[in-house]
Amino acid sequence: MPVKTIRQALQEALVHEMRRDPRVVVIGEDVSGGAGTEGGRDAAGGVLGVTKGLIKEFGESRVIDTPITESAIMGAAAGAAVTGLRPVAELMFSDFLGVCFDQIFNQAAKFRYMFGGKARTPLVIRTMIGAGRSAAAQHSQSPYHIFTSVPGLKVVVPSNAYDAKGLLIQAIRDDDPVVFCEHKLMYDLRTEVPDEAYTIPFGEANVVRDGDDVTVVALARMVHYTMEAAEKLAAEGIECEVIDPRTTSPLDEDTILESVERTGRLVVVDEATPRCSMATDIAALVADKAFASLKAPVRRVTAPHTPVPFAPSLEKLYIPDAERIAAAVREVHGYAR
Amino acid sequence: MSAPITAITMPKWGLTMTEGKVVQWLKQPGVSFAPGDELLEIETSKITNVVEADAAGTMMRIVAPEGTTLPIGALLAVIAAPETPAADIDAFVAQFVVAEPSDTATEDATPTAPREVQALGRMMRCLEMGSGDNVPVLLLHGFGGDLNTWMFNQPALCDGRRTLALELPGHGLSSKDVGAGDSVFFTDAIEAALGVLDVQRVHVVGHSMGGALAVSLAARRPERIVTLSLLAPAGLGTEISGNFIDAFVRASRRREAAEALQYLVHDPSLISRAMVEEFLRYKRLDGAGQALETVSRVWFPDGRQAVNLVAELRALTAPVQVIWGRDDRIIPAAQADAAPSTAQMHLLNGVGHLPHMEKAGEVNRLIRAMIG
Amino acid sequence: MQLSHESLIKAYRDMTTIRRFEERVQEEFSKGSIPGFVHLYAGQEASAVGVCSHLGPRDHIASTHRGHGHSIAKGCDVSGMMMELFAKQGGLCGGKGGSMHIADLDQGMLGANGIVGGGPPVVVGAALTAKTLNTGNVAVSFTGDGGSNQGTTFEAMNMAVVLQLPAIFVFENNGYGEYTGASYAVGSRDIAGRAAGFGLPAVKVNGDDFFEVHEAAREAVERARGGGGPGAIEVDTCRFYGHHSGDAQLYRGKDEVKRLRDDRDCLKHFRRRVTEAGLLDTAELDAVDDEVSGLIEQAVATARAAAPPDAAALLSDVYVSY
Repeated sequence: MPVKTIRQALQEALVHEMRRDPRVVVIGEDVSGGAGTEGGRDAAGGVLGVTKGLIKEFGESRVIDTPITESAIMGAAAGAAVTGLRPVAELMFSDFLGVCFDQIFNQAAKFRYMFGGKARTPLVIRTMIGAGRSAAAQHSQSPYHIFTSVPGLKVVVPSNAYDAKGLLIQAIRDDDPVVFCEHKLMYDLRTEVPDEAYTIPFGEANVVRDGDDVTVVALARMVHYTMEAAEKLAAEGIECEVIDPRTTSPLDEDTILESVERTGRLVVVDEATPRCSMATDIAALVADKAFASLKAPVRRVTAPHTPVPFAPSLEKLYIPDAERIAAAVREVHGYAR
Repeated sequence: MSAPITAITMPKWGLTMTEGKVVQWLKQPGVSFAPGDELLEIETSKITNVVEADAAGTMMRIVAPEGTTLPIGALLAVIAAPETPAADIDAFVAQFVVAEPSDTATEDATPTAPREVQALGRMMRCLEMGSGDNVPVLLLHGFGGDLNTWMFNQPALCDGRRTLALELPGHGLSSKDVGAGDSVFFTDAIEAALGVLDVQRVHVVGHSMGGALAVSLAARRPERIVTLSLLAPAGLGTEISGNFIDAFVRASRRREAAEALQYLVHDPSLISRAMVEEFLRYKRLDGAGQALETVSRVWFPDGRQAVNLVAELRALTAPVQVIWGRDDRIIPAAQADAAPSTAQMHLLNGVGHLPHMEKAGEVNRLIRAMIG
Repeated sequence: MQLSHESLIKAYRDMTTIRRFEERVQEEFSKGSIPGFVHLYAGQEASAVGVCSHLGPRDHIASTHRGHGHSIAKGCDVSGMMMELFAKQGGLCGGKGGSMHIADLDQGMLGANGIVGGGPPVVVGAALTAKTLNTGNVAVSFTGDGGSNQGTTFEAMNMAVVLQLPAIFVFENNGYGEYTGASYAVGSRDIAGRAAGFGLPAVKVNGDDFFEVHEAAREAVERARGGGGPGAIEVDTCRFYGHHSGDAQLYRGKDEVKRLRDDRDCLKHFRRRVTEAGLLDTAELDAVDDEVSGLIEQAVATARAAAPPDAAALLSDVYVSY
């Protein structure tokens, strides 16, 4: 089977769906790029190249370059979705949700409920998350928990190319608004990806690694650090069960709970800030529904409650790494009342 | 003359296996064994299975202790006559060289990649292993299966011959269009693929629906089919587990898929999470679910089998063997009675619907005996 | 453009329906029959009806918190609306939206909106659908003078111009954003001029005069439908009630509302114009008044009798698929 990067996998998903359904359009800043310039279109293809070349096949009526105008992009995508298109809107950096949150939070997410179930809003918002590029406080956050807290939104946080393609196709075919979070440091990660179109259902976690000692739930890039830690820990005789929820809304609670019922120990790894985060949410879930199974306190490995720093040395301290994850697992594993 | 010193090495099961872990040694040093005896258990990322002895021998030295993970081809243990001097075994171990994975090794370290056969307007994957002048073996998987179903068998069958595991339309990564989905369609597809693969005379091994297709192919081209090995074949009776078929076709989530797949085997622990994931990856492909639905509607409507090939089977003159697990919960082994009296019957204890996986060693010996 | 007899009757019926609906809502709200907030449209009828009379059910509009008038003008069922306001099962939104979110997608009504400036970007999207799928439909954003100050509105206008979309921005300037005067809050001389600054053909019309609104809307809708891109209309209008029902209106001048009702009532103006011109006679208009009163009374009775939503409705309709 061919091996592809997340970037390729995402583009394949877009191409599959744009060929399959003429209602699918891509809209956002620089999704082709170069409009109104001497150099001409397709100068960018998204900041990191996911939509590069699409305009050649689908034209500017379906690969729609917009001004820098996040509210209008999100609102137009919501309005287009509720009237018959299936837009894939790009919110370049998820940090920019601050300037357009109303259109996501009060409009797209609410249409169906507040209109009594009559609206369908098949909208996908692709957006980049993640620290690690010294992009500092306004271009490095991972605010998927903010989207997750909004009823009416679905939230996808893929960790590999196979999942990215299947989940993006699912997102485009889904009739609800979906926020699709892409970690900006992971676009070149490779794995086997079928050439065909396929869908991965939302709300089904991937058990990345089987283990009986400690359950570790990790998201996006943290899945890879967790696997690195798990290999180290296996050599020490600690077997981690690593769970990648893949979607935070809906969240596959059963897989997490069943694992914790077996291991009795939980570590949650989340690149986002800790307050009201996915790490906290999952810890609460387990405290609520699997308390009797717990043999040790739940440990959360997260970023600190600070903005993302600029200096590489500080940013390295900010992002959870394999060592911190391993330390948390050891602590939980060694805990005795 | 004493028996030569031979090696037990890490087997390669399936396309993606690169290494395996020795879980447990079932024969300790000094212990002699007969062909078919279980020697050790190996775990891969996808499956755990036992390695059986091909021939009689004595376990002389275990090189890979339990718990070690080694690449395919690595030396695991040494077999020799009991009187072999320790120094000779030392020398054997010292000189052991891991064999190149395969003649057809490609740079991505996948020793054998399936080729894409274009026939009947569709792409069918075919994994080919082995070469030589002996009559080739065609392996036909069952409903919802793929070429990986033969991972424990194909390597054991390719001495001096080509073995061809064909992936039928609608299955695995082959094209998903199954036309009418009936036996005529699939037999046309197989015949067309054999043409592209330049196969004239052939031994056919078919599992479940693939068994029925083997019969259908033999009835159509009796001159080309040398022997038939039918594993839990469809087409010999009406009974089949409708619940299984429904669950198998419907399953889209891990739990449903695991429950459905466990129905296939006597020992549910054979169904690893990785196997379930593999199955789901197939089912998630566009068109896969529809292909399965189409085929199941034609072959297994209302929880019974609609395709009957008993007359065709009885009319065949080529040697036939039927292998069935006594604990098959999908198609009852009693349907073996419909086979002609000339057919060899092998009912296996403690085996469900996947004899070639559940008792791979024994099934491999039976097939080898058949194809000569 | 001379309107047909039938069109004139329809325009009068729609405006009267809005007026009577709002008067009865005010009554019912005061009695406590309607929970939450209601923002009444009375006084502005010529705007909604003047614009929507050019639209079909496949054209889209997005509205504001003051959305009853737009809903009625766009063809929403009055009984369904009343039930919604009464928070009843049969309401247009099943009792889950209320006055501020009243919507009917089958009629192309994309919702009243609790967020000032929430609608314009959504309308850009509806216009994008029309352009992409080449449907020949248009989309109209109704906002007020308050919404004209929101960044979302600016972004929407700019994007509509950039993408040359069949979107029309109607700014109903009723002189107040909540309890603050537009003369204070709208920094530019007028809203139409500001829209023109975005590159939109923009006109300012007298909202007391149905025919003036109607003609401006005809031009804008025809241009948009024909591929000529977006437009803007500022409607100078007035509201007869407060920001919301129950607003003490301390910001109003002495007798201001009385003066508005005497001098600037678009319904009175309409009646006078059509009767003086001999287009409709008083008996015809009175018959419409009676018919509408009956309709609204029936809607109130139905709404009062209807059952509240089932408890299960709390959890349904968050998603299409779970």
